[in-house]
Amino acid sequence: MLNAANDWITSHKIPLGLWMSDLVDLVRVHCTGLLDVISGSITWGVDSFTTLLQAAPPIMLIVLAVAGTAALKRRFLAPTLVGVGLLFILNQGYWDDTMATLSLILFSTLISMLIGVPLGIAAAHRPWLNKAMHPLLDLMQTLPTFVYLIPTLILFGLGTVPGLISTIIFAIPAPIRMTEMGIASVSKTFLEAGEAFGATPRQLLWKIELPAALPMIRAGLTQCIMLSLSMVVIAALVGAGGLGVPVVRALNTVQVDVGFEAGFAIVILAIILDRVCRSGDSGQ
Amino acid sequence: MNSALSFRHVDIMFPSRKGGGLVDKAIVLAREGKSRAEILEATGVVLGVSDANLEVERGKISVLMGLSGSGKSTLLRAANRLNKTVNGEVLIGNGVAHVDIASCNDDTLRDLRKTRIAMVFQQFAILPWRSVRENVGLGLELRDIAPAIRREMVDEKLELVGLDKWADANVKDLSGGMQQRVGLARAFATDADILLMDEPFSALDPLIRRKLQDELMMLQKKLKKTILFVSHDIDEAMKIGNQITIMKEGRIVQTGTPQEIVATPANDYVRDFISHMNPLPILSADSFMKPLAPDLSNLNLAGSGPYRLEAATGKLVSDTRNFSTLFLAEGQPAPQTLAEDCILCVHQTTSLSEMAALSQQSPWPLLVHNGSSIIGLCDERSIISAVVQVSQDAA
Repeated sequence: MLNAANDWITSHKIPLGLWMSDLVDLVRVHCTGLLDVISGSITWGVDSFTTLLQAAPPIMLIVLAVAGTAALKRRFLAPTLVGVGLLFILNQGYWDDTMATLSLILFSTLISMLIGVPLGIAAAHRPWLNKAMHPLLDLMQTLPTFVYLIPTLILFGLGTVPGLISTIIFAIPAPIRMTEMGIASVSKTFLEAGEAFGATPRQLLWKIELPAALPMIRAGLTQCIMLSLSMVVIAALVGAGGLGVPVVRALNTVQVDVGFEAGFAIVILAIILDRVCRSGDSGQ
Repeated sequence: MNSALSFRHVDIMFPSRKGGGLVDKAIVLAREGKSRAEILEATGVVLGVSDANLEVERGKISVLMGLSGSGKSTLLRAANRLNKTVNGEVLIGNGVAHVDIASCNDDTLRDLRKTRIAMVFQQFAILPWRSVRENVGLGLELRDIAPAIRREMVDEKLELVGLDKWADANVKDLSGGMQQRVGLARAFATDADILLMDEPFSALDPLIRRKLQDELMMLQKKLKKTILFVSHDIDEAMKIGNQITIMKEGRIVQTGTPQEIVATPANDYVRDFISHMNPLPILSADSFMKPLAPDLSNLNLAGSGPYRLEAATGKLVSDTRNFSTLFLAEGQPAPQTLAEDCILCVHQTTSLSEMAALSQQSPWPLLVHNGSSIIGLCDERSIISAVVQVSQDAA
């Protein structure tokens, strides 16, 4: 009896995998033009920015970075950390890879914020949208990365774009959630102050809600950068450049030294970006 | 009638979150005089305000009083539609025509909020990411007024509330009293003629509260705004109000001048409120004097009488004795020393506390005049019994 039930269940497999692959095929067949445009423009943007960063003299960039951090933070520790960290990366010979990773991260963060912040605002204003988006965001963060790496590979081919898109899928829930929380937790008295003086919904957003939610949105930005950075190695698997490439190579050839060198470079980049992003908060 | 703000048969209901509730039925029940709990039970609707009627005269301070939950804030917030009414009209007048803010369209509502009605909040609602000047300029900014003009208007208002030296300060560095000054300046900045003040001084300590009350009254003499003021402090209401409205469970119990409320409380609820008040600055001489006949035939002083007032000399004369008189106009202070046979004649609006002080200056009773003739007499006995009377009414 139980066996029969078991057989029946296994023999009537729900073609979930098939549906997904059909969907991917459908998109591939019908949206080739659009996909090429997206793929082309993203690749061009990331690559030219990478080239720009790599073409500049490293020492000059380091001096600029230290000066910039000092101007933002007005303390000694952070600029020193930035200077020493970047010099170490230069010393280890991972400068070009680091610049490629930086470029990739900046692009994925930029795109994530451009999409995530408006989505977060929309969700904060519409409870139904927030409810609908919640499981989707959970899915994006829990679905193993390799699973959606496959369709992006099919749609965009090897290279920067599938890496970037996987990174965005993984990182974008952070700015969406933080923006939504920030806007939803704006004190009612602030909103009423705006309303009582005749603010339109648009003025309410720009003059009350966004400034009040800014610390949360900034925290979302920092998280987004960190999550992007954690995808560097996986992005390298599908052909994106940067610090992930030596890590993958070291894994394939069992080179302990290269693995650690590149790994430390990623950690240092993470620390630097974290410090620089947080420097804005220190003023408050 | 020259009302700047009038509420006509205003009902405010809050349907409970589950199921919405039967608002129409709740209104009917409320009109039948059912209590808030009964209405909630029968319809699932929380009664906010029921059938409120109130006229606020131009340039006057009208105070809404009541315990928490009496609907006073709810009614105030209907005046700029932070609370929606389900019934009735809230008319904003300009002397010629009026607009019903409860039913006007959104654009008109925003125009009214930008130019006619400003609000001061209990919790200040100062935006912490803005400087003092930027906070005060909020209303003007929302009106898209050019920065240079805005700055000029804001600085003028900052000077008005004594914050001109703090214009660029961070609001988080200011004390509660200073923050509420920012709130006041922000409300003045739009040059709205109607101000809504929702317990603006309740969150402040008593000393600062009194100071801000005094400042508000000073400013009001100059600015002559129409102010609707919510308070749960009867002394505050009596001090600043030209008109006082007492509310209970969403209904207006009594409206009148402070003197009317004290002299003729409508019921025990109002009487209970008054009992907690300090009567000395409120009660006026005419409310506790012994009335005199127009010809002074019942005036008896120092064991002799009746007296008559000699128009030529200003002397009070009887068959056996006479006194000189000193008439004090409304608000006029008494001289330091009085001649031995001089009788003080004070205006009928003189307060009980002033009367008590004056009675110490002269061995004779005080006479009370209404600007043209002598209408009453107050001796120490009537002053003391006035104090006792109020505290007995309370008990």
